[in-house]
This record gives sequence, C-alpha cells and structure tokens, in this order.
Amino acid sequence: MSAHDLVTYRYDGSWEGLLCCVFESYTAHELPEAILGPEAPETSLFGSKTIVTDVGNAARVEVSLPRKLGHEAAELVRLTFFTCLPEKELWMLRFLRLGYQYGPQLLQFAGNETVYRLQKAVQHLLSEAHLLKGFIRFSVQNNVLVTTIGPKNCVLPFLAGHFKARFPEEHWLIYDAAHHMALAYRPYETAILPLESFSAAPPDEEEARFRALWCQFYDTIEIRSRHNERCRMTLMPKRYWKYMTEFTRDFAVPDANPQLPAT
Amino acid sequence: MDIMEKLRILSDAAKYDAACTSSGVDKRAGRGGMGSAMAAGCCHSFAADGRCISLLKVLLTNVCIFDCAYCVNRCSHDTERAAFTPRELADLTMQFYRRNYIEGLFLSSGVAGSPDVTCERMIETLRILREEYRFTGYIHAKAIPGADQALIARLGMLADRMSVNIELPSAASLAKLAPDKTKRAILAPMGYIQRRIAESSHDLVRYRHAPHFAPAGQSTQMIIGASPEPDYQILQLSEGLYRRYGLKRVFFSAYVPVTANPLLPAVDTPPPLWREHRLYQADWLLRFYGFSAQELLDEAHPDFHPYVDPKCSWALRNAANFPLEVNRAAYEELLRVPGIGVKSAIRIVRARRAAALTWDALARIGVVLKRARYFLLCRGRRYPGLVSDRDAFLLAMMSPREQHLYRSQESGTRQLSLFDGNEPQLTALQREAIRCLPMIL
Repeated sequence: MSAHDLVTYRYDGSWEGLLCCVFESYTAHELPEAILGPEAPETSLFGSKTIVTDVGNAARVEVSLPRKLGHEAAELVRLTFFTCLPEKELWMLRFLRLGYQYGPQLLQFAGNETVYRLQKAVQHLLSEAHLLKGFIRFSVQNNVLVTTIGPKNCVLPFLAGHFKARFPEEHWLIYDAAHHMALAYRPYETAILPLESFSAAPPDEEEARFRALWCQFYDTIEIRSRHNERCRMTLMPKRYWKYMTEFTRDFAVPDANPQLPAT
Repeated sequence: MDIMEKLRILSDAAKYDAACTSSGVDKRAGRGGMGSAMAAGCCHSFAADGRCISLLKVLLTNVCIFDCAYCVNRCSHDTERAAFTPRELADLTMQFYRRNYIEGLFLSSGVAGSPDVTCERMIETLRILREEYRFTGYIHAKAIPGADQALIARLGMLADRMSVNIELPSAASLAKLAPDKTKRAILAPMGYIQRRIAESSHDLVRYRHAPHFAPAGQSTQMIIGASPEPDYQILQLSEGLYRRYGLKRVFFSAYVPVTANPLLPAVDTPPPLWREHRLYQADWLLRFYGFSAQELLDEAHPDFHPYVDPKCSWALRNAANFPLEVNRAAYEELLRVPGIGVKSAIRIVRARRAAALTWDALARIGVVLKRARYFLLCRGRRYPGLVSDRDAFLLAMMSPREQHLYRSQESGTRQLSLFDGNEPQLTALQREAIRCLPMIL
C-alpha cells in the first residue's frame, strides 16, 4: 500500500483509540489520509470515519506489539504517543505497518523516513524531560512544593519517577500549562490529573528570602571575563526561562496587613 | 554578617573551580530522606558565562594560611573574608535542594588554622547533611592537602566524589607559584583516595552493604595559562593521571588573572579559553575515542592547531589511513574519522547489519558528512560530486567559528600549511585575537 486512501479517521485521542485506528486500517485494507484527535476541527472534504474505541480490539493490537515488533520498537511507538510530532498518529500507523511487515529489524532501517521521524521525536521528548528535571523551580507554599512548566512534549509521566525518588516525603505538584495537566504527589502516591488552570500564590517571606539567595548565587557564580550569552542560550533555551526563579526575579512579598483605604 | 553576604563572598571565592559535575552515581532517597542522583548528572541552570550550575559551589571559608600566587584567596591578598558555620551551610543546601535549584553541594575551603581543623569543619557540615537531615543528594568534597589520612577517609565516606587539585602542570611551576604546596602533598591524598575507592569496590563485590568510599570517583583540576607548560606536557600529564590514579575527570581551568604578579600573566590578559577548549577536545579523545596523548601531540608539535581541532589534525597527518569503507571498517577505526562520534559509530555498526549503508543513511544516523565524506567510502564509492579542492577541504575541517578566525586572519594568497606539519606563525595580535574570540562571538 503506497498511496493514501481518501478517508480520514477521527478518534477519541486515547492510546486505546489509536490502537483501534490501527485495527481499522488493517481490517478495512486502507491507509487513512489523516488521523484526527477530538480537538481537530472538521475540515475534511472526503469521507471521515469515527473510530469507536473498542477495548477488545485495542487489546489485540497491544498484545501484538512486543510480539511482532520486539520490545524496543514497541517502546518507541508507545513513547511517540507523548511527543509533539506533527501528525504523530499517522507516523505511528506507518511505523506499525512497517513493523508488522519486517519485525524488530525495522529499527535498523537507518535511511527510513518513518523510523527516523519517530526516533527523533522520542529523542526530543526524553531530552526535554531530562532538561526539566534540572530547570524546574519549586516554590514552597503551605509546605507543598509547587511549580509550573510549559513543555512542548507531554513530559509529566517522565518526571514522576525522578521526583518521587528525590522527594519521597514531600507533597508536590507540577503543573503543565501547555497541556493543562498536573502531576501531583503525596507520600507515597502519584497521580496525573487534568487541570484547567493553576497559579502559585505570591511568595511568603521565607520563600522570597531563598529566591533572593538563589539569585545572589546565580549572579555571583558567573566569571565576567568568560561572559558568553550564546553558549548559555544553546544549553538552556530561552523558552524555559519564563518559569525559572533566576530570570523571573519575583521576590515581592505582598503586604501582610494591607492598609484599608481611608474612608 | 548575614547569610546573603556570606553567600556572595564565598561563592565568589569558589567560582574559579571548574568542576561542577554531578555525575557518576545512581541513587534514590530512602523513606524519611531526601535526595537522589543520576549517573548522567543533571544541570540545573547555566550561568551567563555558559557554564553549568549543578551544585551549590561555595567555600566553607575563604580565610587561608597559604599564599598561592594564582589564587584569589591567598593570605597576602586584600579581600573580604567570611565563613559559614557548618549548620548554616547545611541548612542553605537543604533549602536550595528542596526547591530544585541544585543537585547537591560542592564543598571546598580555604585552609583556616590548619589543614586538619579545616577538614574537621567540612566533615561536620557533611555529617549534619547526611546524618541529621538524611540528605542523599550529590556531594563533591575537596580533600585538603596536608590533612590527616583518617580525616580524608571520613570525608570520603560522606561524599560522592572527592577531588584534589593538582593546580599547576609541573613541579617547577608549583614550587614557584604555590610555595606551600608540594607535588608530594598533592599526590599523596590522591593515591590514598584511589586505594580506598579500589578497596571499597572490591568489598562491595563480597558484601552488599559494605560502605561506599566516594562512589562517584575522584577528579582533579589544573590551571591553564598561569605557567609556561605547552599543551603536549599538559596532555601527557592528564593521560598519566587517568592511568595511574584512575581519575574520572581531569578539569582544565583557563587562568583568569586576579592580581598583578611578575611571575604571572598581566592582569589584562584574557583567559586562554580557546586553548582550554582544545584541551577538553583532546581529553575526550583520550577517554572515549581510544587515542593516546603521543598520537595527538609530540615534541615537534607541542601545541594544538588554532584552526583545526585535534581529531582533524590527527586525520590530516595520517591521511594514509583513509578513505575507509564505512560498511566494513572496525568500530575503533570509525571512531577516528572526523565527523563520526561515539553515538554515530555505534549506530553505524548496528545499522549496517540490516543493510549496507548509503550516504543518505549516514546523514540520518547523525554523521557530520561535511567532514566525514572526505574520509569515507560508501559501498566502494566516493561521496558523489566531491571536489578535492584544497581550500574547500580545509574549510570543511573547520567549524564556523574556526572559519571566521581563519578568514579574518589569513590573507587570500597565503594558505594554511597543514600537510607538511608546519604550524602557521602567528603574530602577537593574531594570538590575542584567537584568545578572546570566544568572547566576541
């Protein structure tokens, strides 16, 4: 099957839903032109199929993944689901079709566009998660550690294990403002929940003091005669700065006893 | 003096230490504790000079009885002095760590009173962190030369990584610039730490709960450009240190002039960043690419080439080894091709089992074809349309930064003479331009 068929799939955006699209693609002997999630606007001129998520069909595909593709390739597809790769569903379907045909060796197809796209996307996902393990800045608010991030990929599941190993006795919350989700932890359980909006309260006195101390350290540690703006931006892209204490410099403590306006 | 002032003075005094890595050990907090570490290390921020900030890098005190000419904290220097109490520093570390500002603590100190007293105060800081606060994050501790072995041993049981700075690349320079330190005083603790690490890893094989001595290994640092040693000598020394003391890293720190001293470069000399960069490139070649120091430099070529990196220089001098057939060459041979790194060499070896590789596939794998195409054959063929024009070839061997350097300094008619091994003669002005290049770009 080389050309696409003039059909569009619409699914519910879940992993199981996507597996059902794969199932449909095989049973109907067709390769859709696009696979759209629930948020995508209705634009297709051609036939659009709504793929109903069927747990049984999804399970059949899921079981076949490690068996036919090997664990490494199955893991690659699984991770691609969390990436920001444009048209990821279609690339994943193409990858699976290749995998069912060639088996685990498809990972070695160094020149293949589909394999390359998935590997790149997953690399991007994992490296963004790694960077955020360092760049996240918690604020202590009522003895809970809270923070906001705005990642391109859906990294929350990849941060959970790291912070759990690091702060097992704390309560903490990481809010992903780009995907409107939060990773919440209390000893010793983790949860990912949808959250429309979240903003941390202004700092209290102690919090403001440590923020100021951190900025003092950040400024002092630079060796002025080695100043290198470009190097810093390469290693720490500016889109992360928005949520980092050393750049926001937000130490203002709101007045505890606001003066009432004179009447 | 409040904590803010102390932090300013004591981080300012510690910033010339190059090492800020948090790598080499994987661990997680137990119940009731706080802190973990990952073998790959983790950068929490980057300072405006582009250096990674991973650890809270401070001195316990910058009061020092020694008088090393290159050091900001030497006793004859008129500077503000301060000292943290062990409790203050432990509290600050925990508060920073909890907010995810840092990966752990990098603790060094000026020698206040005596080496033993200093070492005891460092131990007390780490003891509070480890035993009272149950902190399991990363700690890098500096061994104080001259301290008692029992104290070094205690420090090593509390820290993840230990280091002893070798400071200067020769005993002669050490005698001249650091009269209170001798080669022996530096190498003795280094040797002791190495023996303890070896013992500890031996015991761990037999007893699972045997105590860990500095599980992330030991490292060292030397200052580049404060003394006259050529690159050749520095590289030989690093290779020797890796072999003899099993070091994880040798760090190079471009000398930043801090005071006027007739024995040292003038105060307005920019730090030799370009040279430091070349040494790190060569250091990587020693550690991951199977090169030896002797292959990269020798008495006839004691310094690195300003325009071409050490790996390319080696390939140019050994042009007879090339081209290699990419589908058959051994892994060790692939590693020596300019444009192929460790990752792409591994990928090539894996991918060619499935099918013979094409140029297109090599590009996807991550090989830098701009360079590698001159050294490789793919299915017995040269890179299509490859022009073996000498200038184009030389430009391909240079990074954009190196090209900029080359273009701005070489007139159109004069050509680089790389093949006959003569380094270009640089004028004083050109040398200066090379030195400060990383800062203007």
